[in-house]
Amino acid sequence: MNRMISTAAAIALTASAGFAQTVDPSDWDAVLAEAKGQTVYWNAWGGDQRINDFIASVGAQMEAEYGVSLEHVKLSDTANAVTRVLSEKAAGQDQGGAIDLIWINGANFAAMKENELLFGPFAEQLPNWQYVDVEGKPAVINDFTNPTEGLESPWAMAQLVFEYDTARLSEPPRSVAALAEWAANNPGRFTYPQPPDYLGTTFLKQVLYGVIEDPSVLQMPVEAVDYDVTVAPLWDYLDGLTPNLWRSGAAYPQNEPRLGQLVADGEIDISFAFNPGRASAAIANFELPDTVRTFVFDQGTIGNASFVAIPYNAANQAGALVLANLLIDPEVQARAQDPAVLGFQTVLNMDALPTEDRARFDALELGVATLSPADLGSALLEPHASWMTRIQQDWITRYGVGQ
Amino acid sequence: MNRGRPLRFAPLLTILLLIGPVGAGVLGTLAPAFGYLPALGGVSVTLDPWRDLMAWQGLWPAAWLSISTGIGATVISLIISTLIVAAWQGTRVFAFVMRALSPLLSVPHAAAAFGLAFLIAPSGWISRALSPHITGWERPPDILITQDPMGLSMMAALVVKEVPFLLLMTMAALGQTDSLRMRMSAQVLGYGRVWGWLLAVFPRVYPQIRLPIYAVLAYSMSVVDVALILGPTRPPTLSVQVLTWMSDPDLSLRFQAAAGAVLQLGLVLAALFAWRSAERVVARLGCGIAMRGHRGAGGDAASRGVALSLAMICAGAVLFGLGALTVWSFAGLWQFPDLLPQQLSLRVWMAQSGNLAAATKDTVIIGVAATGIALLLVIACLEAEYRHGLRTSGRALLLLYIPLIVPQVAFLPGLSIFAILTGVDGGIAAVIMAHAVFVLPYVFLSLADPWRAWDQRLGLAAQTLGAGAERVLWGVRLPMLLRPVLTAAAVGFAVSVGQYLPTLLIGAGRIETLTTEAVALASGGNRRLIGMYALLQMVTPLAAFTVAILVPSLIYRNRRGLSVSV
Repeated sequence: MNRMISTAAAIALTASAGFAQTVDPSDWDAVLAEAKGQTVYWNAWGGDQRINDFIASVGAQMEAEYGVSLEHVKLSDTANAVTRVLSEKAAGQDQGGAIDLIWINGANFAAMKENELLFGPFAEQLPNWQYVDVEGKPAVINDFTNPTEGLESPWAMAQLVFEYDTARLSEPPRSVAALAEWAANNPGRFTYPQPPDYLGTTFLKQVLYGVIEDPSVLQMPVEAVDYDVTVAPLWDYLDGLTPNLWRSGAAYPQNEPRLGQLVADGEIDISFAFNPGRASAAIANFELPDTVRTFVFDQGTIGNASFVAIPYNAANQAGALVLANLLIDPEVQARAQDPAVLGFQTVLNMDALPTEDRARFDALELGVATLSPADLGSALLEPHASWMTRIQQDWITRYGVGQ
Repeated sequence: MNRGRPLRFAPLLTILLLIGPVGAGVLGTLAPAFGYLPALGGVSVTLDPWRDLMAWQGLWPAAWLSISTGIGATVISLIISTLIVAAWQGTRVFAFVMRALSPLLSVPHAAAAFGLAFLIAPSGWISRALSPHITGWERPPDILITQDPMGLSMMAALVVKEVPFLLLMTMAALGQTDSLRMRMSAQVLGYGRVWGWLLAVFPRVYPQIRLPIYAVLAYSMSVVDVALILGPTRPPTLSVQVLTWMSDPDLSLRFQAAAGAVLQLGLVLAALFAWRSAERVVARLGCGIAMRGHRGAGGDAASRGVALSLAMICAGAVLFGLGALTVWSFAGLWQFPDLLPQQLSLRVWMAQSGNLAAATKDTVIIGVAATGIALLLVIACLEAEYRHGLRTSGRALLLLYIPLIVPQVAFLPGLSIFAILTGVDGGIAAVIMAHAVFVLPYVFLSLADPWRAWDQRLGLAAQTLGAGAERVLWGVRLPMLLRPVLTAAAVGFAVSVGQYLPTLLIGAGRIETLTTEAVALASGGNRRLIGMYALLQMVTPLAAFTVAILVPSLIYRNRRGLSVSV
C-alpha cells in the first residue's frame, strides 16, 4: 500500500511539473497542424438519437476536412464529465485528460469556471467567431449572466416553447395566469419535470417572470435583493397550481424526455421543451401526432445558449479547438437548424454571413409545428445563476420531500 | 517442490484484487464524508457534511424507503422462489416454470423496469388493451400507479427480477442436497408436499443460498436504475438522492453525497444484521412448529396454485414488458388507446445497426474476460481452501461483500481516482479489471457453497486409486461440478453485461457497451431505442445461461446421479 501511495505521488509530481497550456488558439495554422491525426473525445448528453446522429455527421465532416476524428462520449448527465475532470485534478493528472470537449452551460459551466477546470480563453480566437451574433444574441457571451470570458464557445440557441395537441385543445393559455386557470379547469393534464431538473427549474423561472412586479431584479444575484418577498408570489402561484397538476403533484416526470413521453401517451395536454424545433422533429419521427403545435407566452419565454468548453487538462486541445470552430461553421449551423436534422436555432448573425451561407438558412423549411422567429419573439434573459440554485432548494423543501 | 504451492497464494491474490480498488473506493467515499477532498478545497476533518445531510428534510423518508423496499422485495422474492420449488420440484410443470423464468435472469434490471412501467402505467399496455371498450377511457386516467409514494411498483420490478435469480441459486444448491429423497421420505411420513419440503429440505438449502440472499438484499436497498424508473420522487430513495447530489453542478454537494453514501452503507449493514438475527428467530420458530408434527397435507393444492400463478405473473410481467418494448422498437406513431402502433418501421434498427454491432462486440469481450479472471481466481481460492485446509475468515468474506453492498455511486468515483493515479484508466483492460471486481463476488457466492458441499469422500476415493490432487480437481471435482461452475460463469457474465458506472467511470467514457449505450438512451426515455438495446442486452447473457443449462444436460445425459431433477 505504501509503495502504491509513493508511486501515485510520483506520478502526480511529474504531471504537475509538466503542466502547461501548450496550444495557442490565436495561431490557427499551428492549431490545424497539431490537430491532424488527433481523436477528440466530446462528452455530450447522449439521450437524444437525433443529436447523436448530428454529432456523428459533424465527426465525419471533421475527419474528411481536417483529418481529426471524433468520438462522442454519450453522457446521461453532463455533471459526470465535470466529476471526471475533478477526479483527474484530484489525482494530479494535469495533462493528458480523458475529456477534450464538453457540451455545457449554466451551473456546470459556473462550477468549472470557478474551480479553474477550463482551458482558454479560446472562443474569440476561433476563425468562425466573426459570424457569431454577439450583439443580437447577448446570451452567447453571458451564460446565465455569467460572462463566458472566452472559456466556452456557443453552438446552439435554445428557447422555451410550449407544445399542445390541437386535436385535444383548441386555444392554449398564453400567460402564466391563464395556464393556472386552464389547469384548474382541466386538472391532471399539466405537469413539469421535477426540480432540480434543468427544464423543470426553467419553468419555475418562467413563472417567476410572470408573477413578480419587476423582473429586472432577476439579473442581479439573489443576495442583492429581498429574496423572500420577491419570490413569495411564485410560491403562492405554485400552491394554487399543484393540486391541479398531473397526479395532483404526488409524482413528477424526471426530465424533458419523460415529459415529452407523457404528452405522446396522451397523459397530459400541454408540455414544453427548450428546443423550438423539437415538436416538428418529433412529428417527423412519428413520436407525436401531426396535430401538435407550439406556442410561447405573450410576455416571451426564457432563452439561452448551449456551449462547448475544453477542460484545462484535455489531451487533444488542438483537435477540440478545430471541433469548436467547426460547430459554428455556417454550413454546420444551417444543418443544425434544419428541422429535419435538429431544429436548433443558430448562434450566427445572418447579416455577417457571406451570401451563399445566408442562402442555406433562407432555404430551410421551418417544420410544421415550429414558430417563425417573429412568432417566437424575443427571448427573456436567463436570471442570474444564483436564482436557479435558490429556487431549486426552496422548491425541494416545499414540494420535493412531502410524502 | 510441492506442485500445489502457488494455489496457497490464490486467496491473497483475490483479496488484493478486491482490496485495492475497494479500499481506494471506500476511502474515496469516507474521506469526503468527513470533509476531506483537497480538489474541492476540503482539507480539514469536519462533521459538516453530516450536518448538511441531516438538514435535508427528505432524509428519513428516503432512508425508510430504501429499507422498506429493499427488505420487502427480498422477503417477497424469497417466499415466491421457495414456494415454487417446494410446490413443483420434480414435475413437468416445474421444468416449464424454469424454462419460462431462467431467461428473465439475463434481462437487465433497467430494461425489466421500463417494460413493467409500460405495462402497468395508466397509459400502458394493459390499460390500452381494456380501453376504451371495457374501461370507457378515451384518455389515460389520472391515477398514480408508477412512482407511487410507497415504492410498490418499484418493489414489483425488483421481485420479478430477483425471483429467477434466487430460483437458479436454489437449483444450484439442490444439486448438492438429496432433496428429492428427503422430500419423499417426508411425504411417506404423511407430510404434505410443500410442508414436507419446507421442513426437511429448506433448512439444508437455506445456508447455501444465504449469501445470494444477502446480495439481493443489499442490491435491492441501494438500486439506482430501477428506482429512477419506477420509484417515488418526493423524496426518492436514499441512493437515488445520493446520485442526484453526486451529479449536481454545485460541487460542494459532493461532501453531503459522500455522507449519504456512508449512511446508505450503514443501513445496508444494519439490514443484513437484522436479517441474520431474524434467521435465528425463524429457525427456532420453525423447529417448534416442526416438533408439533403437523403434517400440513391439506394445503398442497392451494400452495401449488398460488406458486404457479406467482411464477407466471413474474414471467409474464417481464416477457410482456420486453415484448412491448420490442414492439416499440418497430413502432411508428403509437397513441393511447391503440393496442398496436399505427405503422411499423425498421427505421430505428437500420439507423443503429453499426453502433449495435460494435457495442455488442465490446460487451462480449469484456464479459468473457472479466468472468474468466473471476472464475479462475475463485476456483483457485476454493481449491486452496480445500487442499491446504485454509478457512475463509469472516473478515475476508466481508471484503468480498464490499463491492456488493457499498452503493456503486459512492464507491466508483473513488475507484476512478485510483485508476487515474495508477495510469490504468481509459483502456479496455482497466474496464475488464473493474468488472472483475464486481463479477468476482457473484461468481464466488454462486460457486462457493456447491463447491464446499461436494462430497469429499469422492476425492479421497480417487486419491486411494492413485490420483494426485491435480487429477482429482480436473478429473473428478470439476466435471462433477460442471453445472454450478457454468451457472456461476453465466451469472458473472450477466453481471458484467449489466455494469454501467464501472464501464463509464473506469473506461473514461470511451468504452461503449450495450449497457452504457442503453442507459444513456434511457435518460432520454425513448422507448423505441430502449426496446432495441434491452432486447440485445437480454440476448447476450441469455446465450451464456443457455450454455450453462444445456451443456451439463448434454454431457451428463447418461449420468443420472449428476442431473438435477428439474
